[in-house]
Amino acid sequence: MNLTFREAMLTFKRAPLLSVLSVTTIAFSLFVLGLFGLVVVNLQDALHGVEERVEVVAYLLPGAPIEATAQALKDIEAFPEVQSATYVSEDDALARARAELVELRDVMQELERNPLPASIEVKLKPGFRDTDHVSAVAERLRGFGFVDDVRFGRDWVEKLDRLRGLAAAVGIVVGAAFAVVAIIIIGTTIRMAVLQRSREIAIMRLVGATDGFIRRPFLLQGAIKGLLGGGVAIGLSFAAYLLINRYLLQSAFFTQEQAAAIVAFGAVIGLVGSAMSVGRHLKRV
Amino acid sequence: MIKFTNVFKAFPKGGLALKDVSFHVAKGEFAFLTGHSGAGKSTVMKLIYAEERPTSGDVRVSGYNVNEMRPREVPLLRRKLGIVFQDFRLLEDRTAEENVAFALEVTGARSSTIPARVMRVLTQVGLAAKAQAYPRELSGGEQQRVAIARALVNEPTVLLADEPTGNLDERATRGVFQLLRDINASGTAVVMATHDLDLVRQAPYRVIELQEGALVYDSSVDEARDQATGGGP
Ligand SMILES: Nc1ncnc2c1ncn2[C@@H]1O[C@H](COP(=O)(O)OP(=O)(O)O)[C@@H](O)[C@H]1O
Ligand SMILES: [Mg+2]
Repeated sequence: MNLTFREAMLTFKRAPLLSVLSVTTIAFSLFVLGLFGLVVVNLQDALHGVEERVEVVAYLLPGAPIEATAQALKDIEAFPEVQSATYVSEDDALARARAELVELRDVMQELERNPLPASIEVKLKPGFRDTDHVSAVAERLRGFGFVDDVRFGRDWVEKLDRLRGLAAAVGIVVGAAFAVVAIIIIGTTIRMAVLQRSREIAIMRLVGATDGFIRRPFLLQGAIKGLLGGGVAIGLSFAAYLLINRYLLQSAFFTQEQAAAIVAFGAVIGLVGSAMSVGRHLKRV
Repeated sequence: MIKFTNVFKAFPKGGLALKDVSFHVAKGEFAFLTGHSGAGKSTVMKLIYAEERPTSGDVRVSGYNVNEMRPREVPLLRRKLGIVFQDFRLLEDRTAEENVAFALEVTGARSSTIPARVMRVLTQVGLAAKAQAYPRELSGGEQQRVAIARALVNEPTVLLADEPTGNLDERATRGVFQLLRDINASGTAVVMATHDLDLVRQAPYRVIELQEGALVYDSSVDEARDQATGGGP
């Protein structure tokens, strides 16, 4: 282990430029992933907030019979998706509108007839607030004879959902492109290191070192580069996060687990880049 | 210990390097492998340390069958062998001591045991005083002693020496040869390839001679036959 570590560290001394380049490309790969990751994380948060407030409102036809409405309220509350169902009478609706729309208070005072319909406001249980469940509940509410119209914030939810998917896809594609470049550069570094060390490798084989042992320093240095790249990427992402928070909007950063996963992913890129090239090049010396 | 049976070796480009070679080197024996340049001495050595595989025939070394060895068994065989070359093959950026220790480090020896084992073999080859010297600060004979120390440090049962004196002057040659004799006297088998016939005549050891890849003389076989028929060489 001692020797393996020493040999791994020597690569940085022997090929400093390529090493820095490897670390930088891994860092960029992960930084791009990280930036889009931040977008995804924040959209996710926003989406949760919106979903939290998702309500399905069924507007009732004027003159809907009270008994039928009360029975319907019970039935709706029994839906497996439904947390609560509240009846809002025409008067309640008007009172609420007056309270909320202060600017229009005078206009409303002068109304001869209440123009607002009665409604049933349905809140869904957590876990049923996604588009599919919301639409299903809305569909069932439409089935009631005295229901005029059903509204819910489907457009918003769907748009955010699509945006999140797009951000994730762009992040993955661009990040993967950088990762491929990083793997190629690491492969080149390994080839140089193997050639530089061909004498040592030949002697190691002669005295009975196993292939695994000969490979280990190369894999380790790849993994170390990946870790460094991951660390740099987290640093850059944090800087970006600070800037965004200061000048654009309040947003959230990665959790510790997410940050650790990004760094670990860097180590994997480094390891894969090394592993893919070391076997091939060792065969030639 | 080392047994060749009807061994042929053909290289992809280049003709037959070995033609029907059979011999057996016993535990603790000292055997010369002689013949002109290109006769196939190095090829025999490479077959013994499983760098090459025979095209046909059977090569057995220290319990391993080189013909059908799996790649991951090769390092295990090599740990039972010590190998020395004409060109020393030392690492220039490491001291004598570090060159020897390297052979232990890369085979996973416990690091606490390494310094003592290194000093013991350096003492055995007479270089304890130059443990801190780099190869460029050592004469050819001294460099070959470091290489021999490195070969010995894993306590091999066989020492393979391919033209170990090929790059040395007469005095250094005598010294290195004496060292190999001492090593053999303490129980390690030695196979030494050389085309230096003066050296071969100096000692009463087994001689195996190759000519264009064929074994043309084996003192152990031929002397036994000569004695049986009452003739002499
Ligand atoms: N890797 C190789 N490829 C092709 N031919 C080889 C190779 N190694 C050795 N030979 C040939 O095999 C023959 C024996 O070579 P070698 O065993 O090195 O002889 P020696 O050590 O006795 O001088 C020579 O003709 C040489 O050219
Ligand atoms: Mg040779």
